[in-house]
Amino acid sequence: MSKIIDIKDLSYVYLPGSPYEQQALKNINISLNQGELLGLFGGNGSGKSTLAKLLNGLIYPTGGQVTVCGIDTNIKELRHDLWKKVGLVFQYPEQQIFESNVYDEVAYGPRNLGLSESEVKTRVFEALDRVGIFPDSMVNLSPVKLSGGVRRRIAIAGILALEPEVLVLDEPMAGLDPLGQNLMLEIIKARQEKKTQTTIIISHNLKDILALADKIAILERGALVFHGEVQELLSKIDILSQFRLELPDYLQVAYALNARGIKPNNDIKNINEAGLELIRIISGGKGKL
Amino acid sequence: MNGHGIQLINVGKEFKNPDSYKAALTNINLTIHEGEYIGILGLNQSGKSTLARLLNGLLKPSLGRILVNGMDVDSSEQIREIRQLLGIVFQNPDNQLICPVVEEEIAFGPENLGLSPSEVNKRVSWALEIVGMQDMRYHAPHLLSGGQKQKVALASVLAMEPSYLVLDEPTSMLDPVSRWEILEHLRKINKENHITIILISHNPEDLLDANRLIVLHEGFIYMQGTPREVYADMEKLTAIGLKPPGLYQLIQQLEEEGYGIDDNTSTIPQLVEKICQK
Repeated sequence: MSKIIDIKDLSYVYLPGSPYEQQALKNINISLNQGELLGLFGGNGSGKSTLAKLLNGLIYPTGGQVTVCGIDTNIKELRHDLWKKVGLVFQYPEQQIFESNVYDEVAYGPRNLGLSESEVKTRVFEALDRVGIFPDSMVNLSPVKLSGGVRRRIAIAGILALEPEVLVLDEPMAGLDPLGQNLMLEIIKARQEKKTQTTIIISHNLKDILALADKIAILERGALVFHGEVQELLSKIDILSQFRLELPDYLQVAYALNARGIKPNNDIKNINEAGLELIRIISGGKGKL
Repeated sequence: MNGHGIQLINVGKEFKNPDSYKAALTNINLTIHEGEYIGILGLNQSGKSTLARLLNGLLKPSLGRILVNGMDVDSSEQIREIRQLLGIVFQNPDNQLICPVVEEEIAFGPENLGLSPSEVNKRVSWALEIVGMQDMRYHAPHLLSGGQKQKVALASVLAMEPSYLVLDEPTSMLDPVSRWEILEHLRKINKENHITIILISHNPEDLLDANRLIVLHEGFIYMQGTPREVYADMEKLTAIGLKPPGLYQLIQQLEEEGYGIDDNTSTIPQLVEKICQK
C-alpha cells in the first residue's frame, strides 16, 4: 500500500508575532495509506479544522512538512495540482452554495478542471446519484428552496464530482437529524468500498464513525495524543476515559462487563447482541433480577 | 385566570408561502406545568422550532390559543411580560450574540429590565457561574469556540431569570464533554432554581432527563410519556426514523425476556453493574 498522506513534525501558529499569536498545532506526525479512512477527533478548539486546511494547502505549515499524493504543500507551484486531488468539505457546507440551480452548483468544480461539457454532465449526474438525489427531478431547482439536509448533500456532491483522491470532511454529521446522519454514513461507506480513495472525517463524536474508520487520530489542544489502528484505541481504556470519548452503546456494554471481570464470550457487534449477552449472564444460573 | 404554567389549546400554524420550509403544526393540545422538564423530540421539519417560536410570540398561531401564566401570547399588551417569563436559546449562537464583551452580552437583558447596576452585576456573575464561564467574562464572544458561544447564549438568557427556559438544539455544535456539561447545568437549574425546562432536540439521548417527552412528527404530537415509556415503543419510533438510546433498547430486550429493570437506571454501565450484582 502506498502512503498517500504523510505529515511530519507539523506545527501551525496563527498570526505569529502578533499579540493574538496562537499555536494551533504542534509536532504532529500522521501517515495514511491509499484507501484508508482516518477518523480525526478532538474537542472544540483542538485544532482539527486547522489540520484540514493544511491538507489541501489553504494554509501551509509554519513548521514541518505535509505531503499529500506525493505533493509537498509547501511548494507553491504545485498547489494547483493539490487542489484537484484533495477535496475539502467544510463545516456546514450548505452555507457556501452560490449557484442558482443544482446542476450549476455541482458542475462548478468539474468545469474548473477544464472538462468537456458532456464529461461535466456525466460527473454531475454520478455525483448527485451518489448522494441519493435523483438528478432528473432536481437539477433545475434553486438550492435556496431546498431544506438544509438536501443542500448539504448537494454541496458534498459538488466535491465528489471533482473525484478527489483524498476527501476531507469537516463535521459532516453536525446539525443533521438521525435520518440525515445515516444517509451521510452511507455516502461515506459507498466511497470506501472502492478501496482506492482515501477519506478523512473530522468529528467530535467517536460513536458515529468508529465502525467505518481504519485509523484514528486524536488531537488535544493542538497536540496529537493518539494515532493508530481502531483496535489499538479500543484497548487503551485510559485514553478513552481521559478524553471522555463516548463509545457506541454496544461497546459500553462490553467494557462494563469487562470492568466486572466478565469476559464477553463473543465479539459483540451491535446493541442486540449486547442484550443477548446480558440475558445469557442473568440466566447463567444466577436466577431472576 | 388560569394561574401558572403554559397551555396550548387546539394550536395550529400554517405558512402561506409554499416555498417556506418552516414546518406547520396541527391541533396541538399541551399543558406544561411549572417546574417540569419537558423534552421535545422530532426530526427536521417536524415542527419543533415552530413550536418554540410560538411560545413567546415570535410567531402567531393560525388557530387556537397559547397561554403563559394565563396571559395570551396573542395579546400585544402582555407580550412584554411573557417574554420576561419565557426565555429562548436558539440553535445557532452566532445569531443572537451582539455585544463585544461577554459581560455586556449577559448584562444586556437584565439592563433592559431596568434593574440596578448592582443587581445586574449579581445576575451576570450568577449566570456565568452556572455555565462555568467565569474566566471568560471579559473576552470577546466572537473569538470564542462554538461550544463556548452556546454557553454564553445560555447564560444571557439565564440572567433574565426566566420562569420558563426553551432551548432549541442547544448542543448541536458541542463536543461530547461540553454537551454533557450543558445537560448537567439544565438538570441543576431545573432542580435547584425551579426553572421550567423545555428542551428541543433530534437526539433521543439529549432528552433522558426530561420528566415528560413529546414526540412531534409532521406537525402532530405523535407520542407522549416519560422517556422510558416513549423509548420502550421501538416500533413506533423507528417507523418515523428515530431510534431509542441503547440503554432503553437493552431494558426493553431484558423486559421481553421477563427481567424487570428498576426506573432509576440511567446509564449502560449502571445497568450492567446491576445485572452482575444479582
